[in-house]
Amino acid sequence: MESKKEVVFGHAILLIGALIALYPFVSIILQALTPAPGSGAEGWTLENFISAWTRGGFSRSLLNSAIVAFAVVVATAIAAMLAGYVLSVLKFEWRVAVFALLMIGLVLPSEARIIPLYNLFASTGLLNSYWALILPQIASSFPLATFWMANYYAQLPESLSEAASLDGASEFEILRHIYAPIGMSAVLTLSCLVFLFTWNEFMLALVLMPDNVAVQTAPLSLSFFAGNERTTEPQVIAAAAVLVALPVVVAYFFLQRRFMQGLLEGAVK
Amino acid sequence: MSTVDHLNDERAPEGPAENRRVPRAGHFLYLVPGFLLYAAFCLWPIAQTAYFSFFRWDGITDMRWIGLRNYLELFTDPLTLTIFGHGLVMIVFYAILPVLIGLLIVAIMTRVRIRLLAIFRTVLFLPQILATVVVAVAWRWIYAYDGPINAVLELLGMGFLTRAWLGDFDTALASVGLIGTWINFGLCMVLFIGGAQKIDTQLYEAARLDGAGPVQEFLAVTLPGLRGEISIALILTVTNALRNFDIVWNTTAGGPGTETLVPSYLIYEGAFITRNVGFAAAASVVLTALILVLTASITIGLRRRY
Repeated sequence: MESKKEVVFGHAILLIGALIALYPFVSIILQALTPAPGSGAEGWTLENFISAWTRGGFSRSLLNSAIVAFAVVVATAIAAMLAGYVLSVLKFEWRVAVFALLMIGLVLPSEARIIPLYNLFASTGLLNSYWALILPQIASSFPLATFWMANYYAQLPESLSEAASLDGASEFEILRHIYAPIGMSAVLTLSCLVFLFTWNEFMLALVLMPDNVAVQTAPLSLSFFAGNERTTEPQVIAAAAVLVALPVVVAYFFLQRRFMQGLLEGAVK
Repeated sequence: MSTVDHLNDERAPEGPAENRRVPRAGHFLYLVPGFLLYAAFCLWPIAQTAYFSFFRWDGITDMRWIGLRNYLELFTDPLTLTIFGHGLVMIVFYAILPVLIGLLIVAIMTRVRIRLLAIFRTVLFLPQILATVVVAVAWRWIYAYDGPINAVLELLGMGFLTRAWLGDFDTALASVGLIGTWINFGLCMVLFIGGAQKIDTQLYEAARLDGAGPVQEFLAVTLPGLRGEISIALILTVTNALRNFDIVWNTTAGGPGTETLVPSYLIYEGAFITRNVGFAAAASVVLTALILVLTASITIGLRRRY
């Protein structure tokens, strides 16, 4: 049986761990709520957020992040549903080779492709556009997403597609009317994961959209904004950081199981 | 439905179950959208990177074939070796420390049913989902000269220790590393606590009947039982450690001096600032190979005994 001492000690350690995990984020929230020097406000204030929103152009960059993340999530989900379906349910004949090819992309760092990507987009004039960030991220999310969907579809009973094909449905109709709706939960978890990676991506954004403020994503804006410490008060930078983190944090609190499951199981595959 | 008949016509004459094994032109279509993008923006660039690594090239003028000279330079230049050494230091902070912290917690908690586990899990996992730029901004403040760490040191009467932690030659690398420890320790705790709960309690009872103390119990039951989770944790965190670009860029930019330069930073600088593209390509090939070798050996090393 558990002794009282162990219970208290163990929970005390967990509590300390939790506080350490929380502290940095809580501290920038508190800092963001503190009046900046030279401001007339007293006590807590929201004016740093307003200041960051207008001076840092975060209304624009948050929208850009949303556009890029949305495009990548939707395109990846569709491509992965199609590929996962053909690889697992339809037992695509060369699937071993296909999976092997996908394995390559699973472990490769973006450093390994950043130079040719830059050259490619520079020569096609797509540097500093949404495309420069959307296309490579669909490509890098595709392997994990395909494994994810193929695994999910593979564990469904085969009778599912057999019954439908006896009813005269075509293979594509079976995907559309049976596998796609059934797989929605897996797609949602996957989408959380892809959304998280895409929203937080920094290096690709830095290299592929360095000069066009109109398309820059929120983390990149934050990086530039926070780099100007001489002209920007730390409280306003903190507010900007909270703004950038907020969409993901809110999504996380509503869908935390999916985020955790995605991150942990995504590593197994 | 007419479309169905049309599809049926294309099928081989065996039964419907059998002909799933026969490759059909239509099946390729399912793979086309994803693979087109994957090939154009992942596979092809990787091949190109490997190709560039054999050239001296500034990215603009003509490329000059130099064989393995970039690699030779990579493995002989003292600064480059130091930078890859920093990558290994990052593994200690990003991977080994968090895993040890996680194991310590599990060792303490195995006999205890955890209350409010869901809340602890949510909070401990939070550092994983924050954008690295946000993390960097938060920690820049924590490490700042007028930040909380120095304030606490003053309070404890250890004011002589205060410094700008990220700007000091003695502490910069460890300070950057500890940010990684912070990002990953919760992940390891969550993973290991979850894994420990799946271990058969009879194993613990048997160990206790054999007279095992807490340490022996941990070594004989908990540690082997967590092999899978440890493997996952190491793969995630080691990869994280070697790809640590965002945190360095947004906290120290490699400084002071070259104290916190890491491999990804070297690649970025070579490719886009000093314009030594071939060398940067060679560095990314080496970094990629390092990641592949490490993840493969973690997977194999922790799987074999089962």
